[in-house]
Amino acid sequence: MKTKRGAISKDLPKLRSAEIQLLERLCNAISVSGDEGEVREIVLEQVKPYADEVKIDALGNVLVTRKGITRRSDTRRLRVMLAAHMDEVGFMIVNDEGEGIFRFGVVGEIDSRQLPGHAVKVGSDHIPAVIGAKPVHLVEESDLKHVFPLDDLRIDAGPGNGKGGKIKVGDWATFAIRFKRIGPSLRAKALDDRVGVASLIELVKHAPANIDLLAAFTVQEEVGLRGAGVAAYAFDPDMAIVLDCTPANDLPDWHGEENIQYNTHLGAGPAIYIADRATLSDPRLVRFFIETAEVQGIPYQLRQPGGGGTDAGAIHRRRIGIPSISISVPTRYPHTAASIARFSDWQNTFSLVYTALSKLTSEVLAGER
Amino acid sequence: MKSLIQKLVEIPAPSGYEMQIRAAVKVEIEPFVSEVKIDPLGNLIAHKDAASGGLKIMVAAHMDEIGIMVTHVDENGFIRFTNIGSVYLRTCIGGRVRFLNGTVGVIGIERTDNRSEVPPVEKMFIDIGAAHRKDCPVRVGDVAAFDCPFLDMGDRLVAKAMDDRIGVVVLIETLRQLKKTPHQLYFVFSAQEEVGTRGAITAAYALEPDLGLAVDVTSTGDTPKGVKMDVSLGKGPAIKVRDTGMLSDPRVVDWMVRIAQKAHIPYQFEVLENGSTDARSIQIARAGVPSGCLSVPCRYIHTPSEMVDYSDVQNAVRLLLELLSGEDKPF
Repeated sequence: MKTKRGAISKDLPKLRSAEIQLLERLCNAISVSGDEGEVREIVLEQVKPYADEVKIDALGNVLVTRKGITRRSDTRRLRVMLAAHMDEVGFMIVNDEGEGIFRFGVVGEIDSRQLPGHAVKVGSDHIPAVIGAKPVHLVEESDLKHVFPLDDLRIDAGPGNGKGGKIKVGDWATFAIRFKRIGPSLRAKALDDRVGVASLIELVKHAPANIDLLAAFTVQEEVGLRGAGVAAYAFDPDMAIVLDCTPANDLPDWHGEENIQYNTHLGAGPAIYIADRATLSDPRLVRFFIETAEVQGIPYQLRQPGGGGTDAGAIHRRRIGIPSISISVPTRYPHTAASIARFSDWQNTFSLVYTALSKLTSEVLAGER
Repeated sequence: MKSLIQKLVEIPAPSGYEMQIRAAVKVEIEPFVSEVKIDPLGNLIAHKDAASGGLKIMVAAHMDEIGIMVTHVDENGFIRFTNIGSVYLRTCIGGRVRFLNGTVGVIGIERTDNRSEVPPVEKMFIDIGAAHRKDCPVRVGDVAAFDCPFLDMGDRLVAKAMDDRIGVVVLIETLRQLKKTPHQLYFVFSAQEEVGTRGAITAAYALEPDLGLAVDVTSTGDTPKGVKMDVSLGKGPAIKVRDTGMLSDPRVVDWMVRIAQKAHIPYQFEVLENGSTDARSIQIARAGVPSGCLSVPCRYIHTPSEMVDYSDVQNAVRLLLELLSGEDKPF
C-alpha cells in the first residue's frame, strides 16, 4: 500500500450499497459470449437517463456517448473510449442425448478440470442443471490419476427438458452460483468482467465534464476480443481505457519460496497493465496513471507483464492507431464457478479511473509515444 | 554505410519502446524528406515529395527488435522476465541484456537436473549485480534488448538487431541516394513488428497506399545442416514469393525480377516457411494493397549475433533505388 500523499477530491463518487446491488444483478445475469442480452438490458436501463446518445451496433455492443462541457471555445475536448465487456465464459449445448442429458462445449477459455460437480443454469429460462461426474463411491484408485476430458462430461437437467422441452442444441449455459458479499470480499461468477461493466456504468453516470466519454459495453471478448475492435472503429477515439479483471494468483508458495508468478495481489489496488500478449500499453498512459495514483494516494499495482489479453488488443490497432491501456480489478479464480475480489480494489479502481479522467488533458498524449 | 549500421544496431529498442532508435532515424532522414510524422503507435512516417501522379508506395522497415520485459524483482535483487517477441530461450543462457536506462545484466538459470533441456523463461533470471531488491535500478515493466557489440568481419557483418536495422539502413541509404521518382513515396519506419506486425497495420490504414513493400531480413539455407532453403548470404537480396503470413502479389514479384535483371543486380527468390513481415499487414489493410517484400539474407535470426553480407545490403539499396526511381510500374 502506498502512503497517502494527497487527498482524493471530495466530489469523488463512492461505491455504496446501491452500486453493490447493481453489481449483484450484473453478476447473476447470464450473458455468455454471443448471448449478451441480459446484461445489455441492465446496461441500457442504467445509462439511458445520462447518455447523450446510445446505440446498439451490429454485433451487439452498447455504444454510449456522454459529451463533456467546454469552458473555453478554443480547447478541443479529448474523445476517450472506455470499454468493459458484457460477456462471460460459459457453455453451449451441443447434443441432446435424451433423459435431460446434454453434451456441451465451452465458450471462451475454461479449464475443464474445474467443471465436474458444479451447478449450472441453461438457456434464457435459467433451467437449473448440474455437470455430473462419477461419485467417489464408485471411483477406482486408477481413476483418481486421470482427468475427465470435456467429451466425457455431461450437463444433467433431468427428464422433460430436452426434445420439445425448454433446452435445445445451441442454448448457452453458465455457472449457477449467486453473488454474495463476504466481509471485505465479493464472491460471484463472472466478476470478469461485470465489475468492469459496473464501474463503466458509474463512470457514465458521473462522467467528468472535461472529456467526451465514449463508453463501449462490448460483446464477445472471451472468444477473441471481437466486439471491441468494431466499437473502436465506430468511435474513432483519441485514446482508450479498458476496464477488466485480471487473475490474482497470490496465494503463498507452499514450499516457502517467494511467489514470483502472482500476476496481481488482492487488496493491493487497481492493476495497471504494461504489457500482455495482445497489447503493449501506451507508455504515456502508464506514466499518467501511475502518477495520478501516487499524487492522489490511491493504492495501485503493476500487473506482471506476460500472457493474456484484453479488449485493448483489438482497440489499439484500429484506424491510425489508438493509444490504449487496461486497468483491472484483481480477482482470484476467474473463469471458474466462483471468483473472489476485494471491494476495496473495486473502489480504488473506480477512484483511480475517475480521477485520471477528470485530470486528463491533451498534454498527456502531446509527446511521442 | 557500415558506420550507420553500427550506430543503429547498437541502440536498444524492444517492441513498443522505439523512442531511441526513432530519434536516431529521424536525424538521418530529415534532410532528404519533405515531411516526417510520428503516429499514435510510434511509427515514423516520412514523405518524399514528388511530382503528382505515379503510385502511392509505402515502403516499410521495422525499427523494433525482440527483447525482454521485467515481471518481478525478488528480495535478493534477481530479475524475472518475460519475452517481447519471439526470443529463442536457448540463446539467452549466459547472454547479456541492456535496459533502456543503460543498466546491463547477465542471464542465469535455476539449477536443473536435465542439462540437455532448455528451461522455460520462468526458470531464468537476470542478474544486474544488485544484492537486494532496494538496490535494483530496474522495476516491473522495464524493458531491455539483448546486448552484443557490432562485429565487422569485412564482407560479413554481425550484430544483434540486424533484424531489422539493416532494413532501416537500406531505407535511409535509399532516401539519401534517391534523386528523382515518379511516385508518391512514404517511408515507414515501423513499430511493434516483432509482436505481430502491429505498427504496419495502423500505418497502412493511415496511408492507404497503392503498393506496399516491406524491407526485412530472411533466413538462409547455407549453414551446416541448416534449414533446406534456397537463399544464401552473398548472392544478392531476396525477392519474397511467400512466407507464413503473405503471398506476395505476383505482379510485384515479376516487377522486382524484371528490374533487377535490367539493372544487372543479383537476386534470389525467397520462400520463407517460418516467419513473416510488415507486408502481411499492409496487404490486408483497408480494401487490400498489392504487396511484396525485399529481403536481406541473414543467418542466426533472433539470436544476439545476426549475420548479413555487406554486398547483399548494397545490392538491396541498388534494387530499391531502381524500383522506386524508374518509370516501369508493377501494374
